[in-house]
Amino acid sequence: MIVYILCFILFLIGLYGVIAKRNLIKMIIGLAIMEYSINLFLIVIGYVEGGTAPIITKNFKHSGFVDPLPQAMILTAIVIGLATTAVLLAVAIRLYKKYGTFDIDEIKSLKG
Amino acid sequence: MNSLIPLFVIIPLGSAFLMVILERFLKNICKVITPFALLSLLILTLHFILRVEDTQIYKVGGFEPVNGIPIAIYMVIDGLSKFVLLIISLVGFFSILYSLSYTNQYTSENKFYVLFSLLIAGMNGVVISGDIFNIYVFLEIAAIASYALVAFGVEKQQLEATFKYQILGGIASMIILMTIGLIYWNTGTLNIADIYTQISNQNSLFLKFVSLLFVAGFGLKAAIFPFHSWLPDAHSSAPSPISAMLSGVLIKAIGIYVVFRLFFNMFPLSHEIAMTITVLGTISMIVGVLLAIGQWDLKRLLAYHSISQMGYVIIGVGIGMLVIVTGGDKKIAALSIAGGLFHMINHSVFKGLLFLNAGAIEYRTGTRNLQRLGGLAKFMPITSSTSFIASMSISGIPPFNGFFSKVLIIVAAVRAGYNWIAFFAVFVSVITLASFTKVQKYAFHNNDGNKWLKKNIKEVPFSMSFSMIIMALLCLGLSFFIVPEVRDIFLNPAVQILVDTMEYSTKIVGM
Repeated sequence: MIVYILCFILFLIGLYGVIAKRNLIKMIIGLAIMEYSINLFLIVIGYVEGGTAPIITKNFKHSGFVDPLPQAMILTAIVIGLATTAVLLAVAIRLYKKYGTFDIDEIKSLKG
Repeated sequence: MNSLIPLFVIIPLGSAFLMVILERFLKNICKVITPFALLSLLILTLHFILRVEDTQIYKVGGFEPVNGIPIAIYMVIDGLSKFVLLIISLVGFFSILYSLSYTNQYTSENKFYVLFSLLIAGMNGVVISGDIFNIYVFLEIAAIASYALVAFGVEKQQLEATFKYQILGGIASMIILMTIGLIYWNTGTLNIADIYTQISNQNSLFLKFVSLLFVAGFGLKAAIFPFHSWLPDAHSSAPSPISAMLSGVLIKAIGIYVVFRLFFNMFPLSHEIAMTITVLGTISMIVGVLLAIGQWDLKRLLAYHSISQMGYVIIGVGIGMLVIVTGGDKKIAALSIAGGLFHMINHSVFKGLLFLNAGAIEYRTGTRNLQRLGGLAKFMPITSSTSFIASMSISGIPPFNGFFSKVLIIVAAVRAGYNWIAFFAVFVSVITLASFTKVQKYAFHNNDGNKWLKKNIKEVPFSMSFSMIIMALLCLGLSFFIVPEVRDIFLNPAVQILVDTMEYSTKIVGM
């Protein structure tokens, strides 16, 4: 149980980073932390005490498998996270070129 | 197994990859491929609506269920999916026709068409997916394409808007992914129909927690009231055809549609969630329109109206949900849901048209500040008249389509005994009319427009005006959805899916 709570705490740390930090790069890091916490959470769901990799070999003894589906899901989620982070960083760099700062308080041409 | 179903994803995704390769050799190939891809999607959707009845599924990889438990990834087309697919391909096709001239002002036009195809692929994928993790994957494809498209102009405002949109969209995606993990932990399956059979007789605290997380996640994507702050920035900064797609289609396909699908067909109906959805819908309806009154930026004003109009869709379906939960008359529930879904297609057409009009004005005059416009009616007659039709339609003036869907929602609200919702719906409609009277006056009339004479302002090119005219005709034509015979073909299959909440899972698990 403690592992799930730790995952959730990691998620909240990421959320705190996104909401409280005023620096674009730190916000992106916060988002990445959130994503890793969820990846960890999914891995933990699929874990079986003493389980092996779900591969059937010649001298195969059934001793319980680790659930492979969350692992497949995380591989997909990691790729998606990579794409999102790449787009975010590209936008952050463009914003730096336009405004000369990473500070979110100085980037506010949109109001109302 | 219907092997036509994957085409909804293959056509746009394939054409996106094809265009990236071919654009190096043939400069204008993107302007040929994308409209044809969208046209073929439109024809495919009409084929499904008119010729194919009942629920169709496609099992990716061809894995058959083991002991009645589905193991393949399912793609499902039923009444509701067909209806949303129709919205996507209809608005998508006319937006892309409009873009053919509009994108001349950008340096790397070809990228625009590639991203547009990816956006369509993602939305189609969400709509036909019968598996919650797959919904997440396609949702991210659509979201990433839309982040890039909002920033397409790479000016200060676009970049700021897209950053805000990405941060909030990212948080929403994370919440959704975590919730999917929680559901998998609880049920051991990802298939929507199978999850329903597992949790249909549970009523635990865990389910309520999961439902609320889904409301937060997809509510952020759909810009329902407390999560609406990104929408006006993102939708007003994007290029106009993209604003039409985002406001008209994206928030419906990856937000509202998924909320409806999950809360009707996956979770057991609960009174608390139905009430939450309806109240949030009512608040976003009121807040959206009140924020819209004071706006002078034309596209920003339209974006705030999107929040408000999505409120109508949500209360329509929310009242239906409340009636079903409290054991009321199913006919009233069906009427209310029909009103909500009808308003969904109406909103995508008239809001798409209004954004295209705003784009036309910006294309010719270079500004969208209402205080600096005025007197354009003489110089841009097509834009002016189509914008008038769309404004009347969004304000609910007969005989345009917005009137009929609003009447259905209001009548259903009164008959279900929610008079306060009916009152707010009428109230918001009146303020909407006031707001659009302001748009008409300041953009097209107000002064004689002599300053435009000097700048030699004229009507927009053919492809832009053509798609605006067709969309305006659709504003009139969709009114015929109220006729029972037409409603039976287009609207009622979708309503039926939502009213008979159990049908979905029994049909799919049985296949």
